[in-house]
Amino acid sequence: MPPILEYKELKKYFTIGYRGLLKREPITVKAVDGVSFAIHKGEIFGLVGESGSGKSTVAYTTIGMYRPTSGVIEFQGESLFTREGKRPRHIKKEIQIVFQDPGSSLNPRRSVKEILELPLSIHQPAKKHIGRVAELLEMVELPVDYMYKYPQALSGGEKQIVAIARALATEPSFIILDEPTSALDVSIQGKIINLLLRLRQEFHLSYLFITHDLSLMRNVASRVAIMYLGKICEVAEASEFFRNPKHPYTQMLLSSIPVVSEEEEALKPKRVQSRGEIPSPVNIPSGCSFHLRCPYKMDICPRVDPQMVDTGSGHLVRCHLYPAQTENHPAGEQVIT
Amino acid sequence: MVRMDTPPLLEVRDLQVHFKVFGGHLKVLDGVNMIVRAGEKVGLVGESGCGKTTTMKAILRILPQPPAKIVGGQVLFRGQDVLRMRPDELRQIRGRGISMIFQDPTAALNPVFTIGQQLGDVIRYSHRNGRLDARQIQLKALQSLKEVALADPERLLHSYPIQLSGGMRQRVCIAMALATQPELLIADEPGTSLDVTIQDQILRLLHNLVVERNTSIILITHTLGVVREVTDRVYVMYAGSIVESAPTKTLFANPMFPYTRGLMQSVPRLSGGGVAEGIPGRIPNYLHPPSGCRFHPRCPHVMEICRREKPPMFTVGEEHYVACYLYAC
Ligand SMILES: Nc1ncnc2c1ncn2[C@@H]1O[C@H](COP(=O)(O)OP(=O)(O)O)[C@@H](O)[C@H]1O
Ligand SMILES: Nc1ncnc2c1ncn2[C@@H]1O[C@H](COP(=O)(O)OP(=O)(O)O)[C@@H](O)[C@H]1O
Ligand code: SF4
Ligand code: SF4
Ligand SMILES: [Mg+2]
Ligand SMILES: [Mg+2]
Repeated sequence: MPPILEYKELKKYFTIGYRGLLKREPITVKAVDGVSFAIHKGEIFGLVGESGSGKSTVAYTTIGMYRPTSGVIEFQGESLFTREGKRPRHIKKEIQIVFQDPGSSLNPRRSVKEILELPLSIHQPAKKHIGRVAELLEMVELPVDYMYKYPQALSGGEKQIVAIARALATEPSFIILDEPTSALDVSIQGKIINLLLRLRQEFHLSYLFITHDLSLMRNVASRVAIMYLGKICEVAEASEFFRNPKHPYTQMLLSSIPVVSEEEEALKPKRVQSRGEIPSPVNIPSGCSFHLRCPYKMDICPRVDPQMVDTGSGHLVRCHLYPAQTENHPAGEQVIT
Repeated sequence: MVRMDTPPLLEVRDLQVHFKVFGGHLKVLDGVNMIVRAGEKVGLVGESGCGKTTTMKAILRILPQPPAKIVGGQVLFRGQDVLRMRPDELRQIRGRGISMIFQDPTAALNPVFTIGQQLGDVIRYSHRNGRLDARQIQLKALQSLKEVALADPERLLHSYPIQLSGGMRQRVCIAMALATQPELLIADEPGTSLDVTIQDQILRLLHNLVVERNTSIILITHTLGVVREVTDRVYVMYAGSIVESAPTKTLFANPMFPYTRGLMQSVPRLSGGGVAEGIPGRIPNYLHPPSGCRFHPRCPHVMEICRREKPPMFTVGEEHYVACYLYAC
């Protein structure tokens, strides 16, 4: 069975201006720069990274807001980007998204009923939808009379639950959750997360779960990928990941997390304290883009961008500390200056 | 070192603040009580909208009045009531007594002046009695930028805020807040707008600086882990009052107020185990706040008396206080 969603060398660059004497030399942001991973059916795949690492760009490209600069995304083996440009409707309905900010993602002038009807009427224009709206509200455990409320009358958590109901409207099989609880208080987060976990069980959904919160990820994801400046530096099963983080950046992230118990403190790598600034994505450091902050930096690091290496049982790392084992792929093959 | 033998540096007594809005008065602060001792690192936690920033602004007397109205209470700084000070007395307190770091470093810096000009103003203002010349001010400004571990401070003096990253701006704000050598530093969610690795650097820096100088600090954050790592004592706020206070270790080992317990359980653990459901309901409407214990509509243990009377603080252990009838005896 093919993965439900597969990214192959996805790149998305933005031109944000021009420089040079004639203002002809484009200034490019490499928001996503060669990202590959596969998500299996029923999986919650965690994509973790700090702001600007390219997580939302991956999400927006997946739902078709952007066209990739290069590379492919396949949904059950079928490419999401055809030559004609228009995405087939049967695929469109399968992939939905919940945005980070529930405040601005809901139209304040529409009632909950109208908000939930919109995706229904796009995919089934001729039908009456009130019954389905009620059903959706029940699915997300909101009282049915909420359909007559406007977003402004809802709390931040309730708005996000309505956004989840909207994502469910077209009966998708895959939902992207782009930091769905980052804007909410931690006391509300649990309710939303548990709702998402129940919905996944009940409707056999797969999630791409984007967050900057590793502690949250530990509790929801089956596999995790870490992103830094448009590239993935490590991918592993969640349990393996937290027991044995390999990439120096992952270790720095983990050691930076404020935790609430001694038990968690013991899980934090001690040696990799956070230092240095996150470089501007317009001016990404050469070679391994983490080299300016890395305590293990070697001579090769600023010169050569490391390759992704499987260190065993699907634990992938992109760092010169873990050279490729096979002779065909010696570390340092791809020289970038 | 926390000084227990001297009178408290700051004591907030029964502080009540309302906001006049269309349709009535928001009764936000409902009798806040807190004490900060010399050298003490205090954490203030609570969900957004519970009144943390309002309390701090009242302490510094920078609440916009109207719409705010201080309805009652006292803010004693070294025994003197800040709320009743004359403007010249207040100037003595601000800066050299108390200074504040705000959540959003971008809003806290003026975009049209260089870092050097802004830092210079703060230094000049806090040395009004012993005048400094331009050279001395520049030296002090350089020194304070070095203290917050900013690279290339000479160049930074001539930079504008927009030329700096978020983390650098927050370091500049810390430099400005500490340049006046305050006795009490209020840091209102100083890392929230920054990334985890940068937030971690900022918090470590802040921690080292206040420990080095034995400055007292009130650290506001909704990240409980930060509180655990940085503070000696925690105040938990719910809907406009302090509902629990304890030494940090005690609070994390044995939270007692039902809201505090729910909050602790809500934090996802790096060690796994799933995510707890959290606390049902939401923070009350301040136009018509609940009677008695303001937490009662959300409380799983609510009793008859909770709806009628606001619970007083009960002592439940050494330096551990809880405003909840479950602990009355
Ligand atoms: N539409 C756009 N135009 C120009 N630059 C963009 C655009 N969207 C994102 N970027 C840039 O791409 C980088 C990655 O952004 P984003 O995907 O939003 O990261 P994340 O979601 O991880 O915070 C950032 O530097 C951002 O400024
Ligand atoms: N300028 C204002 N005008 C009206 N209401 C305000 C104002 N500032 C704060 N409030 C009210 O006070 C409550 C507490 O706000 P705040 O002190 O900022 O909370 P916190 O810092 O804990 O998030 C808010 O819910 C809001 O209702
Ligand atoms: S490749 Fe080099 S600089 Fe990059 S993370 Fe590995 S050791 Fe550090
Ligand atoms: S006083 Fe009553 S309502 Fe308030 S927290 Fe205690 S038990 Fe719950
Ligand atoms: Mg994003
Ligand atoms: Mg605040």
